[in-house]
Amino acid sequence: MNLTLKIWRQANAKAKGEMVTYSISDVSPDMSFLEMMDMHNELLIDRGEDPVAFDHDCREGICGMCSMFINGEAHGPDRLVTTCQLHMRKFKDGDTLTIEPFRANAFPVIKDLAVDRSAFDRIQQAGGFVSVNTSGNTQDANAIPIDKHDADKAFDAATCIGCGACVASCKNASAMLFVSAKVSQYALLPQGKIEATDRVLNMVNQMDEEGFGNCTNTGACEVECPKGISLENIARMNREYLTASLKD
Amino acid sequence: MISSTIARKVAMALSGLFLILFLGQHFTINMTSVFSERIFNLISHFMGNNPLVQFVLQPILIFGVLFHFIMGLVLEYQNSRSRRIKYVSYKGSANASWVSRNMIISGVVILSFLGLHFYDFWVPEINYKYVEFLPEDPDRYFEELVHKFHSPVRVSLYALSFVFLALHLYHGFASSFQSLGFNNKYSRGLKWFTVAFSWVIPAGFIFIAIFHHLNG
Repeated sequence: MNLTLKIWRQANAKAKGEMVTYSISDVSPDMSFLEMMDMHNELLIDRGEDPVAFDHDCREGICGMCSMFINGEAHGPDRLVTTCQLHMRKFKDGDTLTIEPFRANAFPVIKDLAVDRSAFDRIQQAGGFVSVNTSGNTQDANAIPIDKHDADKAFDAATCIGCGACVASCKNASAMLFVSAKVSQYALLPQGKIEATDRVLNMVNQMDEEGFGNCTNTGACEVECPKGISLENIARMNREYLTASLKD
Repeated sequence: MISSTIARKVAMALSGLFLILFLGQHFTINMTSVFSERIFNLISHFMGNNPLVQFVLQPILIFGVLFHFIMGLVLEYQNSRSRRIKYVSYKGSANASWVSRNMIISGVVILSFLGLHFYDFWVPEINYKYVEFLPEDPDRYFEELVHKFHSPVRVSLYALSFVFLALHLYHGFASSFQSLGFNNKYSRGLKWFTVAFSWVIPAGFIFIAIFHHLNG
């Protein structure tokens, strides 16, 4: 396949970026998208040019590091996959691919396609945890009865890899889907009930401080989420937040 | 609490649901004009002269309308600033409906219509009752309504506005329940109800306008 790549190039966080057009030939349809990017970088290095910086790690869809906005969609046109799971067979010979970083004020560009998503870490630190007593008489988690329905929903929420596709896709750059998944995975389990009030208030406050936008229920986040996190989690977080606000 | 994103969502949802309740009541009253001039005059006279309606419910309604619009504009402004550097390519239609992404457009059209509606109805009504202090006439309402729908331009603007209202409700009605945390096994049924409401009520308003235009 021969492709035209339009890639956002930005030397550093303070530099002014721009879209730069490249041509690439002999791309195999069996390549992953990141392998195509690797191939492109090797060509750039051979020409003595600066390779394109982009985030990646596990390359099997579980770490949440890859974060490209391809042809107008987070993680590209495929559904329920991360960029690393996207394959070039999804595109046609002669296609032009527009490749941009995830855009949000809360996700500033570090370089080229790599963005700083530490806002998510700070939201997690604000309340995305449970305190477990390790004094010696800790109850075995497997001995605590949990309704199968709740356990399944908690597990579904916990599959969020924190990639930020929800923020990138949302027209308002809202982080509600991510935060609601993290709130839900604990709110549904008995271990998470103890800190439930503080958790949702602190995590939502931190989300607001980071400068994410307001959720207007367009549902784009749910469609683009590589893990299929449901909007049901946002409704649960809203309930948790309203209840917590009345208790606080 | 109103300073948080979730609180703002809830405030928009509650004010929207309040306006939907009012819309249902307004529709019911207007619909009587199709069947009975006498009943329409009777209810209109009651609504226009009852102190509870005039001095308690009407100010609450005006506050509700203003709150919903101002909050909507504030949210739009805040959201537009949450991504200062825009995408070169952004395929919004790939993952969300046009209606859900453009509530501000349908909202501004409805706001413009309300301006016309205030000019047509509310200002003359206030003038009649509280400026010129004209004597009460319990039979004037039906004729005034029919007179308003003589103009094909006004009927067309009216119909167009209600199409935008339908679009606004199509996303907003079901969305308000999601904002309030209602998302469960009943949501599917509720969605059907909200979709039906979104189209039937505006279509009914358009029908009333066309009916009086043709029969007036």
